[in-house]
Amino acid sequence: MNRILAIVEREMRKFFRSPALMMVSMIFPLVQLIVLGNAFGGKIKDARMGLVDQDGGTQALRIREAFDSVRANIRTFEPIYYRDDKQAMEDVRNGKLEGAVIIPPQYSSHVYEQNHPRIALIVDNSDNFMSATLEQEMTDLTNALNQPVVEPRLLQQTALQIVELYPYIEYMKFLLPGSITLAIFMSVMIGGGMLYIDDKARGVHEGYLVTPITKTELVLGLNASSALKAIMVGLVISVIGSLLAGVGSLFNASTALGLFVMIVLTAVALNTMMFLLVVRVDDPLVPRAIFGILNTLLFFPSGAVYPIQAFPWWLRGIARVDPFSFAVHGFKSLLLKEAGFGSIVPDIAYLTIFAVVTLSIATPLFKRTL
Amino acid sequence: MTSELNSGKNASAVVAVPDPREPVAKAIEVEHIVKKYGDFTAVDDVTFFVKEEEIFGLLGPNGAGKSTLIRMMTTLIPITAGVARIAGHDVQKDPDAVRRVIGVIPQALTSDLDLTVEENLNIYAKLYDVPAEKRHKGIEELLELVDLKKWRTAQTKTLSGGMRRRLEIARGLVHSPRMFFLDEPTTGLDPVSRVAVWEMLTNIKSQRQLTILITTHYMDEADRLCDRIAIVDHGKLVALDNPAALKASVPGSNVIEAQFDNAPPDWEQQLHQLAAVTSVKHEGAGMYRVLTGDGSGTTTQLVEAAVHAGITIKSLSVQNTTLDDVFVHYTGRQLRDELQKSYSFVMPPRPGQS
Repeated sequence: MNRILAIVEREMRKFFRSPALMMVSMIFPLVQLIVLGNAFGGKIKDARMGLVDQDGGTQALRIREAFDSVRANIRTFEPIYYRDDKQAMEDVRNGKLEGAVIIPPQYSSHVYEQNHPRIALIVDNSDNFMSATLEQEMTDLTNALNQPVVEPRLLQQTALQIVELYPYIEYMKFLLPGSITLAIFMSVMIGGGMLYIDDKARGVHEGYLVTPITKTELVLGLNASSALKAIMVGLVISVIGSLLAGVGSLFNASTALGLFVMIVLTAVALNTMMFLLVVRVDDPLVPRAIFGILNTLLFFPSGAVYPIQAFPWWLRGIARVDPFSFAVHGFKSLLLKEAGFGSIVPDIAYLTIFAVVTLSIATPLFKRTL
Repeated sequence: MTSELNSGKNASAVVAVPDPREPVAKAIEVEHIVKKYGDFTAVDDVTFFVKEEEIFGLLGPNGAGKSTLIRMMTTLIPITAGVARIAGHDVQKDPDAVRRVIGVIPQALTSDLDLTVEENLNIYAKLYDVPAEKRHKGIEELLELVDLKKWRTAQTKTLSGGMRRRLEIARGLVHSPRMFFLDEPTTGLDPVSRVAVWEMLTNIKSQRQLTILITTHYMDEADRLCDRIAIVDHGKLVALDNPAALKASVPGSNVIEAQFDNAPPDWEQQLHQLAAVTSVKHEGAGMYRVLTGDGSGTTTQLVEAAVHAGITIKSLSVQNTTLDDVFVHYTGRQLRDELQKSYSFVMPPRPGQS
């Protein structure tokens, strides 16, 4: 035990004396949280929408008023009036407009005659997100126009009433569980994997191997020290990330305890996985080459940035065994849903089993000699 | 002094034979030890022993097998065949017992740059399970011994190469070992630091009754430090004795180094015919190295021969036989001829660090 603690002491002293590791481990996830959270979190505003009124009637005027209302309130788009529909379509094509609405001649007459009145929406569907937003906004707008002036006493159509369990979750908050997991992963990658191989190449391990330290003590010492660093990084980024994203659940005692357990288990599981990957590697260039791939392979299928349900079958297969998925699920349950300890039990169980299995495979692979 | 070896050129599987009249306590025993990496034999059937409280040198060029030998003896790499016993413990059967009685200084400087001198020593003492009170006292003594007391709180990265090597020596002694293995301890040090390390090792040996095994490719280091020297080449032990006996085993007691202008092609043969000359070697650029049993007589004859042949002598020096000549005698080449071989990745030093 003393020898395990000696290795941990060495690593901790180095860690605190050279805080670059902690900084590097946290900067990338924090930058990602801030940039992606703000870039993807907002709603479309001030899109340029062309409006060609070829009718000029009173019903066309209602549409123009509705457009002005959108510009003054929700600001999804700003109408730009055109006389020529061809010019408007050309401007959508060359990017001067994000979309164009054409009110055809005789539109008002068709409305009054109740004879299939139609308006056209031209969208640039090379940008799916923008075109979907404009389509949704125009659907809402036409639904509002279609409402009868006098409502019937009994509504005959089924209405969908949406009940949201949690307050509105911005994308930045949605990203936070992934950012905490990513920070822990970055820490075990740099402070565990890379440092392990660098120390081996510099001969530091040679110094250990000539002492009476046992193989198990050495494996446990190396793993404990790197997991400890990752836990510290996880705790710091949980607090900073929660403050940045405006997540207050952190300050609930039971959530904080659950969060601590999740951080510890995530750090241990990711660290033992990293140890297994590098246990026989000697060349410091190898991890630098594989870590980019590993990052993509573990982070993106985890549901941290996009729902797992949207993935193809093979990507869902990766997500099902990816420890990131369980970590992200656990953090999400605690931070965003404030669901109690019971909701993270499967995540805790999986991460624990994952850590035990990976360490059990890695330990026999670890060489007590050079 | 007689050579302990069945020595000579092309010697193979040389066995060190102790004098039967003189019983010796063997601190280190190596018997027919072999190390193979696939088809490559790094150490080939080497046998020797080291007496207690002796400084024993393994001398040879880079890639000769010195480090492989020391790594097998210190449990760092498995032995392919043969037996190594340290303080009576079999290296393969009881490696932990071996690790408790040895101190090892690897070739690379491996102390943690971010830790202080004292922290480095403390952590290694803990790895050896040295009790707290003994640890503090021991570290105090070691800092005094290696003259780093006033640098105890300095981070290792602020120390010079020589100071870092002294720290490594102290680190290897934190658990008061009986045997001390040093793998090229002065490589990369400036001449002043090298001499300081030599003096320190001599002091440590006398104060702590240590048996020291040292590998080096510096002839002067081996000559000055070691009680006995084993010359290793191509994984084989080619000679073993004390430095004086090794030098005496080479025919010719003096070396004449002379550089000539416009020497004829048969000049080497002509020099060989001079009285008492045992060997002549042309080293290029008109430089000849002549081994002779009569330094002054041969020098006179050589000058006369040069004058007679109309050859200008550009430089001339006469000296006693060195270990360099011993090495050339036993291996047929000079130490500096050997290029460094790298079999594995070596981490470059951090920028700004030596």
